[in-house]
Amino acid sequence: MSEALIEATGIDVSFSGRQVLKAGEARVGVGEIVTLIGPNGAGKTTMARVMLGLLKPDRGDVKRRADLRIGYMPQRLNIDPALPISVKRFLSLGLSRSDMGHGLRHAVLKETGVDHVADSPIQRISGGEMQRVLLARALLRNPDLLVLDEPVQGVDLGGQAELYALIRGIRDQRGCGVLMVSHDLHMVMAATDHVICLNRHVCCAGHPETVSRHPEFVALFGEAVAAELSIYQHDHDHEHDVHGNVISGHRHHHDHEHDHG
Amino acid sequence: MDDFLIRALLAGCAVALVAGPLGAFVVWRRMAYFGATLSHASLLGIALGLLLGIKPTLGVLAVCIVVALLMGLRHRSIKTEMLSEDTMLGILAHGTLALGLVAVAFLGDVRFDLNAYLFGDILAVTTGDLYGLYLGGVVVATILAFIWRPLLSATVDEELAIVEGIPVHIHRLVYMLVLAGVVALAMKVVGILLVTSLLIIPAAAARQLSTTPEQMGALAALCGCLSIAGGLWGSATYDTPSGPSIVVASLVLFVASRLFRRSV
Repeated sequence: MSEALIEATGIDVSFSGRQVLKAGEARVGVGEIVTLIGPNGAGKTTMARVMLGLLKPDRGDVKRRADLRIGYMPQRLNIDPALPISVKRFLSLGLSRSDMGHGLRHAVLKETGVDHVADSPIQRISGGEMQRVLLARALLRNPDLLVLDEPVQGVDLGGQAELYALIRGIRDQRGCGVLMVSHDLHMVMAATDHVICLNRHVCCAGHPETVSRHPEFVALFGEAVAAELSIYQHDHDHEHDVHGNVISGHRHHHDHEHDHG
Repeated sequence: MDDFLIRALLAGCAVALVAGPLGAFVVWRRMAYFGATLSHASLLGIALGLLLGIKPTLGVLAVCIVVALLMGLRHRSIKTEMLSEDTMLGILAHGTLALGLVAVAFLGDVRFDLNAYLFGDILAVTTGDLYGLYLGGVVVATILAFIWRPLLSATVDEELAIVEGIPVHIHRLVYMLVLAGVVALAMKVVGILLVTSLLIIPAAAARQLSTTPEQMGALAALCGCLSIAGGLWGSATYDTPSGPSIVVASLVLFVASRLFRRSV
């Protein structure tokens, strides 16, 4: 198990008396992609918000590695059309003044494949471009941990696969940890090291393959979905212990030298 | 040009220059109703000022600051709050207006010109008032310059700003307090009934012509000054009330900007 970037334990959250999360726990290690899945209202976004520090839980504990830099990609932006702002300017809001003008913004836009919208008003770009711009903003801070809330929202199917591939590629390149929230199981399963299935509590957790066979998962999503999902699990480039954790394999270390020219 | 017209023009521009960029944030953050609430609450401030024997402008400032604090600190109990911001503003706006009207009745034998407060009194601006307005304007502009970037960041997306380490609640509170200050300043120019218009209309007119937030703030300030000049000219030429004439002038600019957009 790689060194923990962030670890939440025993998270209880309730909104006006209604419990939405009980004893929630999640851990993201260096270079690990962890996905929170579950049906609507299962507390996935709530869990992510607690880990981001946006929401104070009623009970529970969030431990972050010292000096952890988090890049956050929200579900959607709600910018008023009355605010005239270009994509480039939007990105600059995530930078400190001293980092401005080193081509950093173009570099992250290139990395996420939307260099061409740099000068467009942000309200004019497509849903898919928007997701990539939000991802670029999260990368701008050179984060140790990326938190992505429904990263493929509003993106067509082909685009979704590309976006997940991009996220994997970013993890491989930068070696950062990734915490994703998703409700669409199919693609996420293939792009994830560790899945935490929530339904107001942690139903089950582990390697995608293990989770998709777990009785609680099958009960939650149905036999058909579970059976269909196991087809997606091909790449056996590592071994798992009984909990589905990776115990050996190819979790690589990279030099963190990025050229932000 | 008469001296009093020059003083009026200078006074109006002092307010318009800060109301423009501040108003842009009102438009971006959809806070028009908050502005209206401050303007309703101002009557209570005037009445309290007169009752306590202090300057009505200070009374307005005090009441507006209390309203801003009430709304600005609301986020602390947001998890258990069951009433929307809209409802709270409605209660504050009309509650304070009613309190103001009741307080005015208590004034009884104090003689004052209510109309001057409701519709502005820009032609009666003294040199002393001018110093006060420019001092207030400089304070507001300085604070706004300091919080501009983080406030813009929070306006684009509050949660993203929080995760990136910006104390958004403090900035919002400071912004609301500055807005309260501008309402107190603008009362002299257009009166409490029309204060919000000076914040919103020039900013809305500037939107069509802007591609960056700063451009929109600057153009809003310019549109505001043009409205002041146009309104004062109209007021002098057709003998109309100055405050409403200024607002009508800004309305003309706004409509012109819409037509301009159609034609581009």
